[in-house]
Amino acid sequence: MREETRKALRRLFSNASGVLGVVLLGLFVIVALFAPLLAPPKPGRDPYFMPVVTWSADPLPPSREHPFGVAGKRDIFYGVVWGTRTAFRIGILVTLASTAIGLFVGSLAGYFGRILDEILMRVTDVFMAIPFLVAAMVLTTVLGTGLDKVMIALIVFSWMYPARLIRGNILQVKEEQFILAAKSLGVSDTLIILRHVLPNAIFPVLIQASMRMGSLVITAAALSFLGLGAPQGYADWGALLNYARNWMLGGYGATFKYWYMIAFPGGAMVLFVLAWNLLGDALRDAFDPRLRW
Amino acid sequence: MLEPHGDCGPHGAWFALMIFYILRRLLFLPLTLFGISLLIFLMIGFLGPYQRLATFINSPERLKGADVDKLVELYGLNDPLIIQYGRWLKNVLRGNLGWSYVGKEPVLSAILKRFPYTLELTLFAAIPIIFLGTSLGVLAALNHNKPLDHGLRIFAVVGWSFPDFVFGLFVLMIFYGTLGWFPPGNLSVWAEEIVKSPHFRNFTGMLTLDALLNGRFDVFLDALRHLAGPVLTLTYVEFAFLLRITRSSMLEVLRKEYVRTARAKGLDERVVIHKHAKRNALIPVATVSGQTVIGLLAGTVIVETIFNRTGLGSFIALASQQLDYASIMGGSLFFGLILVIGNLCVDLSYALIDPRVRLE
Repeated sequence: MREETRKALRRLFSNASGVLGVVLLGLFVIVALFAPLLAPPKPGRDPYFMPVVTWSADPLPPSREHPFGVAGKRDIFYGVVWGTRTAFRIGILVTLASTAIGLFVGSLAGYFGRILDEILMRVTDVFMAIPFLVAAMVLTTVLGTGLDKVMIALIVFSWMYPARLIRGNILQVKEEQFILAAKSLGVSDTLIILRHVLPNAIFPVLIQASMRMGSLVITAAALSFLGLGAPQGYADWGALLNYARNWMLGGYGATFKYWYMIAFPGGAMVLFVLAWNLLGDALRDAFDPRLRW
Repeated sequence: MLEPHGDCGPHGAWFALMIFYILRRLLFLPLTLFGISLLIFLMIGFLGPYQRLATFINSPERLKGADVDKLVELYGLNDPLIIQYGRWLKNVLRGNLGWSYVGKEPVLSAILKRFPYTLELTLFAAIPIIFLGTSLGVLAALNHNKPLDHGLRIFAVVGWSFPDFVFGLFVLMIFYGTLGWFPPGNLSVWAEEIVKSPHFRNFTGMLTLDALLNGRFDVFLDALRHLAGPVLTLTYVEFAFLLRITRSSMLEVLRKEYVRTARAKGLDERVVIHKHAKRNALIPVATVSGQTVIGLLAGTVIVETIFNRTGLGSFIALASQQLDYASIMGGSLFFGLILVIGNLCVDLSYALIDPRVRLE
């Protein structure tokens, strides 16, 4: 490990909010890993679908049997636990895929420049022109329901952010002495990008990926909340919150007794997003002290 | 993209660059809009010809007794996509966006009727966001690394992590369901009757403004009451970013030589902060404010849905839920148009107020 990296890691772990972010994420990882123990699924059923536990559509408050209560005939605790897996899956897969595409496009644009750069950047303009949520909504609607469709829609409309970032970094790194030296030695373009340019631009990409993780999970949940993403009954925090919506509009004076319908899935979401934001903040502070806030 | 840049160069050269920059941006505007229309059309291209038919029919009468297969033939929905795109674009340019199943009227008039409500909500939310974001940002910078700074930082990062639909549900539960202060919807029933009566003239389509222009103060207050919940939600979820930018910009300026000089001259600290530091620190904040306000337009999709408001955001959400493809296409096209033009205005005004920007 390089001296610089080690120093940055030490800075990361001496930062209180960074540590809090890592601890929170650790808790979520544990919940996701031990989901079958925390909320055992019925044998022979797809564990990602929340089983129906009552016949009445009315929500039930927390009890011994259902510690977080019941919403939409389904156990909220079960949904929150298995929803953790859903959140991780969406966040990680979409971030990985969009970052990979972004790295490829951004490297092409930044390294080869000129017309290719101009064209690719105008394409990113177009993809960024429609608001992220609206664009994802349109594509999910067209593709149909299902978590895989949601992920495709999110990837299609989020690769531009890492692409822009990596392009800017490459434009900076490209002028450095060691790149010019490698070029004059006759090293091939691909090798220069892979061995010299990308490693020097990778930390900003990682920081951005961590910051984007939160907004991706929010957008995916927003789609489920609107009834567009996950199929009916799928263990997803946004879908659980969707059950709460109509009860909150039900009329004044009566809604506070349904607090558990928002508090548990909503709390899980906020903490999950907060963990990634804190981690992203701390990573940036550690690796790029100039941007500290 | 614009970035602050140290040296200004001779004034004449800057002016020429500015003109070049504006021309370039204006030149790319139709190109970007063309790209957006292509992108939206390609997405809809995943659908079968029968589903796409809806985007061509501009009133349900045309479907009455008609042979759907003949209509598919008539509109050439089995033709190659490129030809279909050209035909669709021609329709769009004529203002024919198809029939909205959700709105029960042509898509364009449905959009134009709802847009003022969304714009009104956005403008009302922009006031507290910009005010709180900048003033708290300055406050945090002046108390750098003190408890107040840390407190504001925590408050902001938590707000930033709150999905708007979670915070909105809490607001609805507390301020409507428990306290009864901020009801959902756009207006109460009695106020709606007044607005729909022939004596009430619609000047702008924005309820608060129209109520004032009609001299109906009670309707104005009712509209405000209905705006409060969504505005509160958008404010807490969105102000954090502005606070952050203001704070770091202010911290940077406070370290500058001229601020130190001003202090060394023995100037009153208040004058140093308000006249010297704040004015310069707020320049980058101005752009971010512009971008935040434009970004708010997208945030209305969720907030309008939760608070049961009529508007462009809830319109497109409803259209997606009911698979009303004509409305989805028209709505997203309109969103794209507003965003591109809005961003252009922000960038141009930024280039005008800050001569240090590098025009690339």
